[in-house]
Amino acid sequence: MGRQFQAVCKTLERHHHQASQLIPILQAVQGEYSYLPQDVLNYVASALDVPAARVFGVATFYAHFALEAKGKYVVRTCDGTACHVKQSIPILEAVRKKLGLSETVKTTPNLLFTVETVACLGACGLAPVMVVNDEVYGQMTPAAAVQVIEEIQAKELAAAQGAVIAGGVQ
Amino acid sequence: MISQEATVVGPRRPSVSARRVIVCAGTGCVANGAYKVFDAFRAQLQAAGIDVAVELQGEGKFSFALDREKLHDQPPAPSPAATGILAVTKSGCQGFCQMGPLVTVLPDGILYNKVRPGDVEEIIRCTLQNHQTVERLLYVDPATGTHCHGTATIPFYERQQRFVLKECGTIDPESLAEYISTGGYTAARKAFVEMTPEQIVQEVAASGLRGRGGGGFPTGRKWEAARVQKNDQKYVICNADEGDPGAFMNRSVMEGNPHSVLEGLIIAARAIGATETLVYVRTEYPLAVKRMRQAVTDATAAGLLGKNVFGSGAALHCEVMEGAGAFVCGEETAMIASIEGQRGMPRPKPPFPAQSGLWGKPTIINNVETLAHVVRVIRDGAANFRKLGTPGSPGTKTFALTGHVANTGLIEVPFGTTLGEVVMNIGGGVTNDAGARTGECFKAVQIGGPSGGCLTEAHLGLSLDFDSLRGVGAMIGSGGLVVVNKQTCMVAMARFFMEFTQRESCGKCVLCREGTKQMLALLDDVIEGRATADTLQLLEHLAKAVQIGSLCGLGKTAPNPVLSALRHFRHEYDAHVLHKCCPAGRCKALAKPEIDPTKCRGCTLCARKCAVNAISGEKKKPHRIDPEKCIKCGVCHEVCKFDAVMGFGN
Repeated sequence: MGRQFQAVCKTLERHHHQASQLIPILQAVQGEYSYLPQDVLNYVASALDVPAARVFGVATFYAHFALEAKGKYVVRTCDGTACHVKQSIPILEAVRKKLGLSETVKTTPNLLFTVETVACLGACGLAPVMVVNDEVYGQMTPAAAVQVIEEIQAKELAAAQGAVIAGGVQ
Repeated sequence: MISQEATVVGPRRPSVSARRVIVCAGTGCVANGAYKVFDAFRAQLQAAGIDVAVELQGEGKFSFALDREKLHDQPPAPSPAATGILAVTKSGCQGFCQMGPLVTVLPDGILYNKVRPGDVEEIIRCTLQNHQTVERLLYVDPATGTHCHGTATIPFYERQQRFVLKECGTIDPESLAEYISTGGYTAARKAFVEMTPEQIVQEVAASGLRGRGGGGFPTGRKWEAARVQKNDQKYVICNADEGDPGAFMNRSVMEGNPHSVLEGLIIAARAIGATETLVYVRTEYPLAVKRMRQAVTDATAAGLLGKNVFGSGAALHCEVMEGAGAFVCGEETAMIASIEGQRGMPRPKPPFPAQSGLWGKPTIINNVETLAHVVRVIRDGAANFRKLGTPGSPGTKTFALTGHVANTGLIEVPFGTTLGEVVMNIGGGVTNDAGARTGECFKAVQIGGPSGGCLTEAHLGLSLDFDSLRGVGAMIGSGGLVVVNKQTCMVAMARFFMEFTQRESCGKCVLCREGTKQMLALLDDVIEGRATADTLQLLEHLAKAVQIGSLCGLGKTAPNPVLSALRHFRHEYDAHVLHKCCPAGRCKALAKPEIDPTKCRGCTLCARKCAVNAISGEKKKPHRIDPEKCIKCGVCHEVCKFDAVMGFGN
């Protein structure tokens, strides 16, 4: 088995191996890996002595849990009511188009971007809202959203080139 | 007996005469750059050598005084030091989110809005050093064009009556001492030291307080049901799983004044005899989670929670749990299942949670705002609480006012305030898609989110309270008020909510799981032009079946937006079904795109962008769209620089 389970073990210990603490445990695991890998779910199930189906059932029930790896930048457009009536869908469509993503393909192949919607971020006064990781962008337009993506892409490209140049100097 | 109190009194607040600069650090203002403004204040005051105590109340907290030795080398600055120490602080959400970042200067009472880091120098020079107001940063009342100096004269604030939100925006949410300095925890102390559980429940029942989470169930009755249970273990849960899209009242209260929620929770626990409490917070609200956790830690250290609450010998513990993103968990029994580590699925009632709830023990679940109101009921008495509001719905209610309205934000008004007062006066009127107030673009208000309904122009005189709203087929819900203008399609709006409830249905009841899916498909038929004369009848029939055949509130109320839109905007549905036309021009499938020859300059851009070559025409002459070839994708409308492509809501 390739994966190290030390972090998971610590989490399980902190929650006294109690099955009732399954949701906080999975939240901590996701905090560690950024998603819930299947072998970790199986490990949690046996450690808590509950059927894997129960753990899998909880992991798939809640929107917060992800079963697939996400990109370095998670772009979430808010589709709460206030954002929706202020035209949040064109923003989502513009971002998806820019990154070649769709409703089913949510993460770019280079694992740089994941695009998803969120039901409401509670920043309705700034509708429509887009969030990149923890950074909130208010009163967005499709063009402004694409610009945010382009800026991140430029930053990443510069960092990658910088790494190549640094490697060359060495 | 109450020796622990000594450790929590003695506020460390700057004296009243001292000046304070408060930068709003609610989620809205932070997104607009409040932290940068705060940093600019800190850096520039430091550079100017002004004696200042800076408290960062958003992320982490620290205080520093300037290096006094360095100051001796500099000529004495013309500083406001004459008034003592100047404090620059951050606060919780002040409600006027769209005008952020907000900067308040006390005791002058000046409120600056949309402050940029570049404005800080002028504020320091004019206001802090020379007692002048920077006119250009004041709020301008769009109705009269006058500059409003402070919250007292801005219509948005002037017409509100803030109790739950009173301290949000003026105190440091992470300081227990500041909360206590405003009279905080006196109600909890009274409940523990001077009152019996019976008296507490009686007082709450006499106040007529009704649950603010949506249902409007009398809080006193809920508590009494749990109080009379004979059990050594009881629980109180604070429902902070504010999942209703378009509502953020609870987030603001937890971020702006977390101790008021905790105090309500302590009173509730005392009333029913619980020793364990839990706050279930939505995971989408990281700052609220952080501040509630901080409040619990501080309250425990001060003896307000723990093994010996207020020195009474009674134990009381509190835990903060994050939700995991399921709307249905706002339902009491689903929330209990979630806390027990299960999928958040509701179960039939009775038994009610007050009889058999978490781990089979008597449990009460109260909304964040309800608990904050409890504090006032106990501190000021039921009679005082009843002075505001209506006899059936006493007290005040917070609303999240959003959508197409000039002033969006968080408000608090007494029950019985009319819808028109809220939308037209506090909200400052309805705006069109371009953001302009034209005075005639009001269409509807969606109240109560996915469980509520819409209100029309005819309801502008309607009193906002639990009973009158139920009378017109809507509900107050948790308090989301989304204003929509004439450019919004009501069928698409109903579809939006249907898609939400369909996605959030837990799947337990067939009629909720499958019925919402079929209702969504029928609405798609209407929007995409496939509907026939039978579609609407079938939709109504199915909606009623879903209401009857669902176990919990989610399913029972899921058809409300559709039914209420059918009731008030039947003509819009008919236009979609019978005339295959969307009056608001929003439904793309029903669009009839054409080019306005008076606007078209013949730039050929649309013809080049059209994926199906449906647009033809000579250069510099008006183009035309071939309706046979057109797939109504809307690209021509998007790219046209002259707004010449008609039929897409323009």
